[in-house]
Amino acid sequence: MIKSLLKKTAFAAMLATTALVPAAFAVSGTPSKGGDIIVTYKDDIATLDPAVGYDWQNWSMINAMFSRLVDYKPGTTELGPALADSYDVSPDGKTYTFKIHPGVKFSNGREVTAADVKYSIERAVNPKTQGPGAGFFHSIVGADTMTAGKSQTMDGIVVVDDHTVRFNLVQPDATFLNVLALNFASVVPKEAVDAAKGDFGKHPVGSGAFLLKEWTVGQRLVFVRNPNYFVKERPYVDSYTVEVGQEPLVALLRLQKGEVDIAGDGIPPAKYLQMRKSPDFKGMIVDRQQLETSYVTLNTQIKPLDNPKVRQALNMAIDKNRIVRIINGRATPASQVLPPMMPGYDKSYSGYAFDPTKAKELLAEAGLKDGFTTTIYTSNTDPQPRITQAIQQDFAAIGVKAEIKALANPNVIAAGGTAGQAPMVWSGGLGWIADFPDPSDFYGPILACGSAVQGGWNWSWFCNKAFEARAQAADAMPVPAQAEARYATWAKIFTDIQENDAPWIPVFNERRVLAKSKRMGGSDEVYLDPTRVIDYEAIYVNK
Amino acid sequence: MVLFLARRVGQAALILLGVAAITFVLLYCLPADPAVLIAGRSANPQIVAAIRHELGLDQPLILQFLHYLYGLLHGDFGRSYTEKTEVLPLILARLPATLILMAAGIFVEVVLGLTFGVVAAVLRDGPIDRVIMMLSFVGVSSPQFVVALLLLYVFAATLGWFPMSGFGTPANVVLPAVTLGVLGAGWYARMVRSAMIEVLRQDYVRTAHAKGLRVSRVVMRHALPNAILPIIAMIGIDIGQFMGGVVVVEAVYGWPGIGQLAWQAIQQVDVPIIMGVTLVSALAIVIGNLAADFIAPFVDPRIRAQ
Repeated sequence: MIKSLLKKTAFAAMLATTALVPAAFAVSGTPSKGGDIIVTYKDDIATLDPAVGYDWQNWSMINAMFSRLVDYKPGTTELGPALADSYDVSPDGKTYTFKIHPGVKFSNGREVTAADVKYSIERAVNPKTQGPGAGFFHSIVGADTMTAGKSQTMDGIVVVDDHTVRFNLVQPDATFLNVLALNFASVVPKEAVDAAKGDFGKHPVGSGAFLLKEWTVGQRLVFVRNPNYFVKERPYVDSYTVEVGQEPLVALLRLQKGEVDIAGDGIPPAKYLQMRKSPDFKGMIVDRQQLETSYVTLNTQIKPLDNPKVRQALNMAIDKNRIVRIINGRATPASQVLPPMMPGYDKSYSGYAFDPTKAKELLAEAGLKDGFTTTIYTSNTDPQPRITQAIQQDFAAIGVKAEIKALANPNVIAAGGTAGQAPMVWSGGLGWIADFPDPSDFYGPILACGSAVQGGWNWSWFCNKAFEARAQAADAMPVPAQAEARYATWAKIFTDIQENDAPWIPVFNERRVLAKSKRMGGSDEVYLDPTRVIDYEAIYVNK
Repeated sequence: MVLFLARRVGQAALILLGVAAITFVLLYCLPADPAVLIAGRSANPQIVAAIRHELGLDQPLILQFLHYLYGLLHGDFGRSYTEKTEVLPLILARLPATLILMAAGIFVEVVLGLTFGVVAAVLRDGPIDRVIMMLSFVGVSSPQFVVALLLLYVFAATLGWFPMSGFGTPANVVLPAVTLGVLGAGWYARMVRSAMIEVLRQDYVRTAHAKGLRVSRVVMRHALPNAILPIIAMIGIDIGQFMGGVVVVEAVYGWPGIGQLAWQAIQQVDVPIIMGVTLVSALAIVIGNLAADFIAPFVDPRIRAQ
């Protein structure tokens, strides 16, 4: 029913707009200012507080409302100056000093100073804020005492003068600039936070490209251009309106009718292939790699998965190409932990090839000639259970009987983070995507000893002291001087982990899909930016 | 009457306390730890512990519950874990939309149900009766999600009579209200039909006919008021049913009510919001039933006599 529904309406929409289509295609490629666009999402926007917001929707909006000391160049993973005109790193890599661009104003009219930077990051770390980004700042001196509730400020952030701020780190942290480019490091004015009386998320004040003009709960948010934005040539669109509560299918129908410019939730899996092939949708689908790997965790503390041979056998049992077909080709089979766009990805490493015969031999060597029974946890939203069933069938072919436990996401996360509970977890749908483009982000939170704890995210419960030492050494290598060497070191760490210990079955790297109207201009990279998702600053309307 | 009222209000308070206690314990029993979800992947155990402390989740369950009740009695529903804002204003901001939708849905089901039920009863066993009964069967058995998408396709996408989604104009409410009301209308049509058939067989109806009254007057004035009683009791129960139905309908039509809020909160184990929405829904159901109890005596003198 739905299938023909879209086809017919697409046709009708085409008839209605044929006259406009050539015009829309005629000129494109040069960004120009102007235009008001409409973006839709299903879920309501939870908050616009940069210390709190951490989901697909609000991440992009917060990013465009606030500024940070450093930021990525649009569409790339390359860091550049933002609020800070320049910065200095001490030779030991433990002190960072930033010069703040003078004359940048918050939307309340006050100038942004070094004290605001200090306040904002302390606020993000303070447990009273209950933000999800506190852990990223752990390398700053004083973060621990603040977490412990022993201090309301951090000694490691020093206001040198109004336009100079210095960070002292406990140890060198090669990813520190990446951390400062996260939304959590956005600069906010203290007086506006205080005035909002605990409701800053609904009354945000920043110094970014857009201002929040209107927020009607459950319906729409209207963002308008910040006339005083310190990057003069941006943003391009005059305003963007986010309409929430829109079912993805309804959003696509409206997109075809020209009522919507960006369907933020993309295309439901069942419709993907059809829309991809349809000429009606040419130029309307953005489909891009992201910094994501979907994997099965193999709990290294639960028998018989504690035996590396068993884990290697399971790696060989999975027909990744077939699984990719199940999700209509919206992914690429993965050979390793890191996704291809991530620095440190090893092109030459091919991982474990699909080989059920060899897998059975390995199981026999491990003393499990007749296989074993186990349990695999998965998110219960489509297509995750179907993918898990395919994995289950592949396991069955080598004699491993896996029972599927499909649960709501929070319960899967709880099972994975409880010692001895989940032998395997399928990570799909649980929102695992890199926070910043650095390989260490795939180690610390999900493969390090420190995260193999109750409530942690290392669901393989993998903890290898030798790798721990190598990881620390890699992160102590100063950036940018030894950036390449550091990436190479990380690359080797990840391939060695997989080759020797195989705590994961990397299954595929999922692409993200978004649908946009034909009048929207700009390269695919700014619609699915590696760190921002939608880059509202860089998108524009074709004239 | 006053005693009756006082007793029912007392019962209502007990029911709400029970709902609060059960929901609280159920949410507590979930394996998911809100502190872990809030702290995010970057957090170390110290940060998770600090957040758990901030939320008061490190206290014994009974203390947490008493603390919550204490807040409730002072009009404080707590703060949302994910939105970091007061729960009550969040619910109040969305409640009018849900109430409008429910009122419109009840209007649709009562009007459709009564009309079809009465027509079917009067023309019983004829072809029109059969068609109506078949339609009511379809109405009762159609999942709301399917009805919603069908209506969207036909009346919004193809014919363009109504907007596809949104809120604010009378046109916006039509499709969601029909979706919500169609199921109840099916039930009502069947109930009204059987009640009417029974009443129409009564002696006094025959007398009315014998007096030479017009059929319409016999049906509308003499028979219908006696057949309508079970419907009134049902509307009270319906409010409860609707509280469940609005979650789906609000989701499909992008209706900014509390159903949408509840759905998102459940995904994220946002306990204060789930508690708040549950209590407000329970309150609505209790009030609905109370109202039905109060209206019944005015419609049926026999109840008044008791």
